[in-house]
This record gives sequence, structure tokens and C-alpha cells, in this order.
Amino acid sequence: MAITTDPDEPAAITVQKVSKSFRLPHERTNSVKSVVLNFYRRRQFETQKALQNVSFEIKKGEFFGIVGRNGSGKSTMLKLLAGIYTPTSGAVTVHGTLTPFIELGVGFNPELTGRENVFLNGALLGFNRKEMQALYNDIVEFAELERFMDQKLKNYSSGMQVRLAFSIAIRVKSDILLIDEVLAVGDSAFQRKCYEIFMALKNEGRTIVFVTHDMNAVERFCDRVLVLHQGKSQGVYEPGEASAIYDELNVADSEETGAKEKSATRRWGTGTVKLDELTLYAQGKQLRRGMAAKTGEPLELHFTLTGAKTKKVVIGLVFEDLFGVNIAGPNSIGHSFQRGDTIVYRIDKLSLLPGEYKITVAIYDEQLIQEYDHCEKAYTLNVIADSHNLYGKVHFFGAWSASNE
Amino acid sequence: MVAHNIFSKRNRALLRELVVTDFKLRYQGSLLGYTWSLLRPLFFFLILYLVFVRFLRIGTSIPHYPVYLLLGIVLWNFFAETTSQSLGSVVNRGDLIRKIRIPRWIIVISSSVSALINFLLNMLVVLVFMVWTGADVSATVIWLPLILVEIYMFALGVSLLLSAGYVKYRDLSHIWEIILQGAFYLTPILYPLTVITSHTLQQFLLLNPMGQAIQDARTMLITKDTVTIAEVYRNAAMRVVPVLISVVVLLLGVLYFRKQAKYFAENI
Repeated sequence: MAITTDPDEPAAITVQKVSKSFRLPHERTNSVKSVVLNFYRRRQFETQKALQNVSFEIKKGEFFGIVGRNGSGKSTMLKLLAGIYTPTSGAVTVHGTLTPFIELGVGFNPELTGRENVFLNGALLGFNRKEMQALYNDIVEFAELERFMDQKLKNYSSGMQVRLAFSIAIRVKSDILLIDEVLAVGDSAFQRKCYEIFMALKNEGRTIVFVTHDMNAVERFCDRVLVLHQGKSQGVYEPGEASAIYDELNVADSEETGAKEKSATRRWGTGTVKLDELTLYAQGKQLRRGMAAKTGEPLELHFTLTGAKTKKVVIGLVFEDLFGVNIAGPNSIGHSFQRGDTIVYRIDKLSLLPGEYKITVAIYDEQLIQEYDHCEKAYTLNVIADSHNLYGKVHFFGAWSASNE
Repeated sequence: MVAHNIFSKRNRALLRELVVTDFKLRYQGSLLGYTWSLLRPLFFFLILYLVFVRFLRIGTSIPHYPVYLLLGIVLWNFFAETTSQSLGSVVNRGDLIRKIRIPRWIIVISSSVSALINFLLNMLVVLVFMVWTGADVSATVIWLPLILVEIYMFALGVSLLLSAGYVKYRDLSHIWEIILQGAFYLTPILYPLTVITSHTLQQFLLLNPMGQAIQDARTMLITKDTVTIAEVYRNAAMRVVPVLISVVVLLLGVLYFRKQAKYFAENI
């Protein structure tokens, strides 16, 4: 269910029927010969529709998320909001001041010192020298780079650069902040700091537009979320709903690209015993490519092997999410399998939450010394759920209760 | 929000920071640093002096010919440096344009200001040699700032056209290099205008704002023995024509740049 905005509340940003197309040259003329030959011919262009007829409204003081996969148009949307792009049609109306940047550390020059970069970046963000001088110590302190400010930026680690950039960026006193996946960089201590800042900004009542594909962050911070898919708006939702819709879109997408993905996986090992086939059954039905298992329902993995019949084997599995995070790694240590057996791994209640997961299968000898066959990310498991109110990566099947004597 | 106003405090601060950075980077790692800005024109003058006065013996008819030559070259270099540096400025700062909303023209202005600073340093050297060779400074020198404004307007107009055009047409850099080379010889810089025998050609050459400006500057600063546009047309009001050309070029530049600037981020 999409949420409608309250008409009485003032909007910070109104996006009305915005479309954005890019004209991409069809053939690049690289050689002198082709330039001469094609000079009188009209250059051909391919029109790429990055955004089509997108409308939404961001309320004042809202933490607004924009999510979508790569190529969904979310970066284009952000650039339109920032005023870097001009819409092909439609209008973007902004009430209040807006951070002009969409990336941290814009204009950072590796040949300048940390200090010089602070002043240059500050000027780009709209501070004059006096203002920057007043802010300088705070910036350096927050970034924890006191000892490095007179060193050239090229000698900084990427984490240090991000810290410095972020430290400057948060000084911008605009009503509306645009943030593009800053959390993807930096160590966990710094990320925690970023989260604290976000919470503080949110509490200050500033409007924040946050573009990401990290659903955990979305669920943690956002009030409402715009879901973009292939340049079209899928509507504005509450974070939990948006997360589920995003996952469903991912499942739908991988249905289309499923065949391609399988061939892209890697496989190695001695080959003494090899995995012949892995078949997945959800709720008693075989899962074919593009079908999805359900959270809380049974899932069975059936293995058949080929190769030496006399060898005993151990099977190890890895369930990873799309970011490569290892969610679970069950193995069959303590069981003795060999070729000819139909090996089944049964999960009574699937605890994975909606999303796309990759399954790696590894077959070892009983002593876990020789790796017979390692099929990296050989299978894709799509998970959906009936409920949209599920947050995180796994479901605990826990129960709430209250007692009152 | 960054106001689209040249004189807003923010834009001035940004402009200053961009120019300072440019200067820092230019002389980074060199031992003599900023002094090169002065040393370059000094050595340049020395070479000119040796080649034209000692070896070739050109321009003996003109008093203070080496300074006369130097002034012409310094003015021309200002124009050439501004336009050729600005040409790639927008494309080279694609990182900024794609990621931050700042007035696009600031990038072009900052590269022109860098050239302007260089020019002023060069003029300092010219001044030293004027004093040294005892140049014949005329009272009309009070108009010199106007001449400089004219050159700057012309250079900036061309720069705006080139920098915006270069985003789409990458051949421009090569084309402009050739045009600059040709224009250098079409402007009376190395040779006194008097070596051109055709009066019509003289008249035509001085319609070029750079030609007119250089000759006028020479009259004001060095010697009255300079053929100016007023003399060639026997009409002082003709001076307005090259000035008008500069103004028109600047206006065209501003209009074209403004139209194209909206699409810089996606076209770069």
C-alpha cells in the first residue's frame, strides 16, 4: 500500500512527472577515416530513458530513502534533485537550501595537503575562508586526523580520506541533505559515527534524502522509501514494505538473468568425487530457476554425486547474501556419505528473510584434508515472505509474551 | 543555495580557492616556485632581444623595439593562455561538474583569472624594461585599463564559447591551436604594421580586437611611432568597432555557455 502525503504539510521537495533521457552516440567515431566518411551523415543517437514519469514528494523533516538496483535510475534521480542534471520533462521543486553535492570529497586533490583540501572542499560546499577557519578544528578533530593535516592527501588511506570528507560535509547547514551510500566505505567504528550523525540530523528535523541499496540502513533510518525499478517509480512505501518489494523485484530480475549467472560461477577441486546435481525442494515442490522459497516454510536440498564410489565425503554449504556476507554455513561433519546415496539436507523452517542468496557447495574427504569439488555460488536461492513486516536477514521464530499476575 | 551571482560572497570565496589551488598545483615541487612566473617572461625577453635586435636586426625603425615586441607578445600570450586554458577547463573539471552544483562559469572564470595573474606578473617585467630602456610613455596611458578590459572581455567571450563547445566537439582543441597560430601572424606582434604595404589589409588587420588593442597599448606605453586603428582609418571613432566586436563575442559566449551549461554534467 502506497502512502499518500498529507497535503497540508509543506513539501521539501516535489518531483512532478520527471523524465530524464540521455542521448548516447550510437557509433563512436575514433579514426580520421570514419570522421571524414561520416562527416555529412547525421550522427546517430540511442536514447536511454533513465527515468520515466516519476512523481513523489518529500516532506519537511523526513528521512526519505530512494532504493533500487544498479541501473534503476536512483543516481540519476539524486542528480536531478541536486540540480546537477536538468530533467528532460517534468519539474523538480525544492523549498529550502539543499546540499549541492552527491558524493563526499568532491574536488579532493591528491597533490594538496589535508589542510588545503579542507579549504578547497569547504569552498565548493559554499563556505568562505573565514567560516572554514572557524570550523577547521572541529573538522579535523571529528575526522581524527590531527597529525596528518600537513601531509599530502595522496598519502592518506582511503578510510582517512572518507573521514575527512564526511567531516567537512556534515558542516553544511542546509535544510535538505542528499546522501549517496556513504556508509559503504569506512571501517565499522566510523560507520557507527556516521549513524550517530544521521540520527542527530534526523532529530534536528532536517530533511534527508538517502540513496542506497542497503536495506538494513533503509529499515533503520528511513521514514518513507521510494522504490525505483528500471527507471520507473514503484511507489513510496514504509521501509519494511519497500524492502520486501525491492527483494521481490530482485527475484523477478534474476529470473530473467538466471541462466547467465550460473555460468559465471567458479569451480575447483581434485574431482575425485564431484557434485552431480543439487535440487531444491520447497514445500514439497521442486524449485526451478526463478521460483522462490518462503520464509518459515520447509526447504530441502537434494544432492547426487559422481566419481569414486569408495570414498566417504563431507558436504559443506555456504549461504551468502548479495553482498557476500556469509549468513549460514551448515556442514555434514559426523555423517558419512558416498556416491550412490541420495543426500538430503532438510530445513524445517527456513529462517532466511526475503532476498537473493547464493549457495556454495564444497565436497571434502572425511578427514577434511582434500577438497574434491568446490562449486562456488553454484546455486541461487530466492526467498520471499508473506509478511512485509520482517526486518533483518534472518527470522528467529521467536514468540512475544506478557504475563500479568 | 549557490546564487548565480558573480559577486555573491560564496562565489567569490570559491573563485579565490580555485585560483589559489591552480597556482599551488602549477608550481608544486619546483624549487623556485612562484618566481618562475617572473623568470619566464624575463628569459623570454632576453631571447627576443638576442634574436631580433642582435641577430636579425628587425624593427630598427621603431624606437625601443625589444620592449615594443615584448609588450605585444605579453598581451597576445594573455589572450592565447586564457583561451587555450579555458577551452579544456570545463571538461577537465568534469569531476566537479558531475558531482556538485556550483555555477559552471566559475570554472571558466577561474582559469581566466589564473591567466590574468600571470599576465599581471608579465606586465611587471615589461614595466621594468620600459623604465630601463626609457620608453616614451604617453599621457593617454590612463586609457590602458580600458584596453585591458577589452582584451579580457574578448578573451573571456571566446573562452566561454570554446569551453562549452569543447564538451561536445573534442576536435576543437586542435582546431583552436591552429587558429591561434594563424592569428598570431595575422596580428601585428612580431612585425611592425608598416611592413604591410596594402592599406586595406592594414585596415582589416586592425579590426581584430587583439590587433587594435596591442597597437593602442604600444602607443600609450612605448612609442607614438605605432600605427593605430585611428590612424589607419583616419578616424578615432573606428576604435569602437573592435571594442564592439569584443562585447558581441562576450555576449554570444555568455548566451551559448548558459544554454549548454545545463547539459554539461551528462555530456562530459
